Amino acid sequence: MNKKDILFGLLTALFLALVLSPFASSFPDGLERVAEDKGFLEKGEGEPVLVSPVPDYTWPGIKNEKLATSAAGVMGTLVVFGAAYGFAALIKRQKSS
Amino acid sequence: MHIPDGFLSTGTWVTTWLISAGGLGACIRQASRSLKDKVVPLMGVMSAFVFAAQMLNFPVAGGTSGHFLGGVLAAVLLGPCAGAIVIAVVLMVQCLIFQDGGLTALGANIFNMSFIGTIGGYLIYRLCNGVFGRRFIIASIAVASWASVILASSACSLQLVISGTSAFNVVFPAMLGVHALIGIGEAVITCLVVSFVIKVRPDLVYKSEGSHE
Repeated sequence: MNKKDILFGLLTALFLALVLSPFASSFPDGLERVAEDKGFLEKGEGEPVLVSPVPDYTWPGIKNEKLATSAAGVMGTLVVFGAAYGFAALIKRQKSS
Repeated sequence: MHIPDGFLSTGTWVTTWLISAGGLGACIRQASRSLKDKVVPLMGVMSAFVFAAQMLNFPVAGGTSGHFLGGVLAAVLLGPCAGAIVIAVVLMVQCLIFQDGGLTALGANIFNMSFIGTIGGYLIYRLCNGVFGRRFIIASIAVASWASVILASSACSLQLVISGTSAFNVVFPAMLGVHALIGIGEAVITCLVVSFVIKVRPDLVYKSEGSHE
């Protein structure tokens, strides 16, 4: 994994998040659909235990829905990249110490 | 199939939290012994890709959508333990920042997708590789990635049944029916990405210790 490979992989992910995510299907997913059809969806509609800063992949305050999704996607992709890379480096360092 | 807060009984979510915490600990210990240098940045890249790809819901039958899981992809390229860790990191960020999957259900979601989907899917991949041989690696990956979605959704259904949220004969056929379709998408995406990696960087495909591949 050299710098070029990392950059290629990260840019591919950012492309998906920035360009494609606003066009994703907004139909309910498999579990949501089953919950709706089988009448237990309302069980999950109470107050969430933790209020997240960017609920439903929509950046709060951005009026354009597609832009709000893109922004949330790009932020999430970078956060996940940093978190997993950092965590993996920590695991690796544990071994050498 | 990210379970929100409220679907699971207290006993179920506490139990799955404990199992997932223990399982992640075991994965981290295992990874700290065997993780290769080149895999460290690849774990970052894989998480980023899985996260972004999971945002791309595709329509399946009847006003329903599905999205990529990524467990088998992560495990085939990183190995089962690093793969499970990657999926868990994605699930944690989705839960904490995006409210996708409840905090109480995070243990169950990690159990279903990181362990059942990723490690379970990887075992099926290895089994298929053993039966069909490495020449048919893409076929093995197709079978394993489809099965990983079925397994994860079965585990999810089981938790709903144990929680008293739905009845076995109601939730199982419904969940498995829709995820049998979503699994096809999973297989297509996983096969395309792995084929591409094999073409450009075959050295990035995980080889387990003691394998003669």
